[in-house]
Amino acid sequence: MTSQPNALEIEDLVMHFGPVRAVDGVSLTIAAGRVTALVGESGSGKSTVGRCVVRLVEPTAGVVRIAGTDVTHLSRRQLRPHRDAVSIVFQDPAASLDPRMLVGEIVAEPLRLAGRRVPRREREARVAPQLERVGLRAEVARRYPHELSGGQRQRVSIARALVSEPMLLIADEPTSALDVSVQASVLNLLADLQRDIGFACLFITHDLSAVEYLADDIAVMYLGQLVEKGSRERIFARPAHPYTQALLAAAPVADPVRQRQRQPVLLGDDLPSALDPPSGCRFRTRCPLAFDRCATEVPRQVPIGDGMAACHLVQPDGTGPDVRTADPSEVLS
Amino acid sequence: MTTAAASTAAIVLEMRDLSVSFPTETGTVSAVDGVSLDLAAGEIVGMVGESGCGKSVTGMSIAGLLPGSARVSGSVRLNGTELVGARESALRRVRGREIAYIFQEPMTSLNPVLTVGRQIGEVLQIHERMSRRAARVRAIDLLTLVGIPSAAHRVDAYPHQLSGGMRQRVMIAMAVACGPKVLVADEPTTALDVTVQAGILQVLRDLRDRLGTSILIITHDLGVIADIADRVVVMYAGRVVERAPITDLFAHPYHRYTAGLLSASPKPGRHASTTRLAEIPGLVPVLSTQPDACTFADRCPAADARCRDSAPPLEVARGGPDHLAACWHPCATQTQEANR
Ligand SMILES: Nc1ncnc2c1ncn2[C@@H]1O[C@H](COP(=O)(O)OP(=O)(O)OP(=O)(O)O)[C@@H](O)[C@H]1O
Ligand SMILES: Nc1ncnc2c1ncn2[C@@H]1O[C@H](COP(=O)(O)OP(=O)(O)O)[C@@H](O)[C@H]1O
Ligand code: SF4
Ligand code: SF4
Ligand SMILES: [Mg+2]
Ligand SMILES: [Mg+2]
Repeated sequence: MTSQPNALEIEDLVMHFGPVRAVDGVSLTIAAGRVTALVGESGSGKSTVGRCVVRLVEPTAGVVRIAGTDVTHLSRRQLRPHRDAVSIVFQDPAASLDPRMLVGEIVAEPLRLAGRRVPRREREARVAPQLERVGLRAEVARRYPHELSGGQRQRVSIARALVSEPMLLIADEPTSALDVSVQASVLNLLADLQRDIGFACLFITHDLSAVEYLADDIAVMYLGQLVEKGSRERIFARPAHPYTQALLAAAPVADPVRQRQRQPVLLGDDLPSALDPPSGCRFRTRCPLAFDRCATEVPRQVPIGDGMAACHLVQPDGTGPDVRTADPSEVLS
Repeated sequence: MTTAAASTAAIVLEMRDLSVSFPTETGTVSAVDGVSLDLAAGEIVGMVGESGCGKSVTGMSIAGLLPGSARVSGSVRLNGTELVGARESALRRVRGREIAYIFQEPMTSLNPVLTVGRQIGEVLQIHERMSRRAARVRAIDLLTLVGIPSAAHRVDAYPHQLSGGMRQRVMIAMAVACGPKVLVADEPTTALDVTVQAGILQVLRDLRDRLGTSILIITHDLGVIADIADRVVVMYAGRVVERAPITDLFAHPYHRYTAGLLSASPKPGRHASTTRLAEIPGLVPVLSTQPDACTFADRCPAADARCRDSAPPLEVARGGPDHLAACWHPCATQTQEANR
């Protein structure tokens, strides 16, 4: 097992769209067969990281390695042999499936794009088990996307993503557009497939209950940068970064008794612009614990186990204040 | 206000046996079937169900926002005044002034070429006959009320200059400008981040506490319901299938659909390696006529011949007089404890 290369290695990834600093120095490793969740508010740059990994955009700087191969600047043609190694599933299954193609053609498309000519008979033979694997009947291959429900369409996009047996799956908000009941079936499906096939997964989402259910590791993103990384157990039990703590405090739990005992941490809605991020710690304009140094000095990443937290208040042993219980006036005194 | 207090407070809105259907090219769509619902003064009622269950149609019929094609029967009374079948001119007075509606997507409901101050001001000028000056001052107060920092400055901003959360706050400020008795909030936080959502829910709670507004909050997020609602109404395929005070519903769901919804969402501390999420197979049906049967029967693990032959009435379930469910074979309490 140890000889398996990491499914994904990202080093100092930077993606600027003109003046918009969407991703600004992100490093992240996903070992083979692990699920890492990438969480953070809207606009923090999660999808952009995913799009750099599948090379829908070419990064401004940094390195992306998939299964040990540097794919950062490969041309379309050079990328072809590596296309099989990584796939992506998007949030909105309706928009990501070509309405003029039959489901069977959609699922087989990655094979065609990878430069393989697949005769129709073989295509049908390969597509049927893919559909079955995601819980759809083989006849669905002859239907159009608009004839399917939202949950079925998301299953089709998962089948398409997995047809090339990738080592890495990027799942960008795969359940966000779905109802709870359908969400449950898609989460179960992803868990089953991941266990059976063993692909690694970058699970991009803002749904923390789905993260706790599916992820092995968690990376927390704020305004283009990672502020904390760690195992799922550690992040949920002992989040170190004030932003992670606030995020966990904000997500309501579906239990009225527990929910009403929790302390709200209100951050305000004023997310700074990725055009002009704050100096020092980027979270300082909303951080309940911010102090002078936060405006002048970029916090360094304090290692915590295999992960880290980037905050001036996190001690070398990984401990620090918790915004969910701390009184801001007492933190520094 | 506590649940007990709410149930003794005056009833502001009384809905009886409301049915709504739409004629469409492919036949009639029955969206709401015989829904009854009360809102007491200062009460927050949560409405849950999957998409297509008729939540928005129910909410829109309260606010008089249904399209002209809708066929409506039954009764909706606001402080005794009948709204179903009322004249458009009468409805216009009620809408906005007495009953306000907030939509899911704030950007599409704000006018992009007017400052937020002008938009709130217009509501006040029309409904309250305020002068433009007075309306502007009041708009600043309202923006402060909904938690917008430096409101005196933000009042001159255009919608695109504000974040999604701020826009939703502006929508709420507009909605409550005339001090409505009833506020229908249709998925008010679905498009927002959890951090922003927490602030919006706080604003809604404040409105209730300070102004005594009754709120119907429509959502598919059980966490939001658990956070804010005093009572919950569960809708399925156009019908109310269960109704209960908040803690009772989560502790002892009786209807099989409610139980299914509750166990489908991931629980704190659970991981895929040890637990499977409970799925509800199948889809919400789109009905052209309402059958004399339980409409959940096709998806229900406990369905039998009786469920397919007759519609279960919404009746008091074990537990308390405020807890009603429409199910022939309601869940036993123990199974629910095991599910938690
Ligand atoms: N092609 C582009 N051109 C210009 N700006 C872009 C482009 N793509 C993304 N951005 C900007 O980069 C930032 C990060 O966007 P991204 O879509 O990665 O966020 P996200 O974390 O996925 O958000 P969400 O949760 O809303 O999906 C945002 O400010 C966005 O507006
Ligand atoms: N204007 C309309 N014309 C035809 N059908 C409609 C219209 N509005 C809603 N419906 C149908 O009524 C049902 C209930 O819709 P809705 O109240 O929007 O559901 P929810 O808000 O619970 O998701 C759905 O089947 C929907 O397609
Ligand atoms: S470095 Fe300062 S502003 Fe940033 S998270 Fe830590 S305390 Fe808050
Ligand atoms: S009435 Fe029957 S079919 Fe309907 S929810 Fe109850 S047990 Fe299930
Ligand atoms: Mg995104
Ligand atoms: Mg709706």
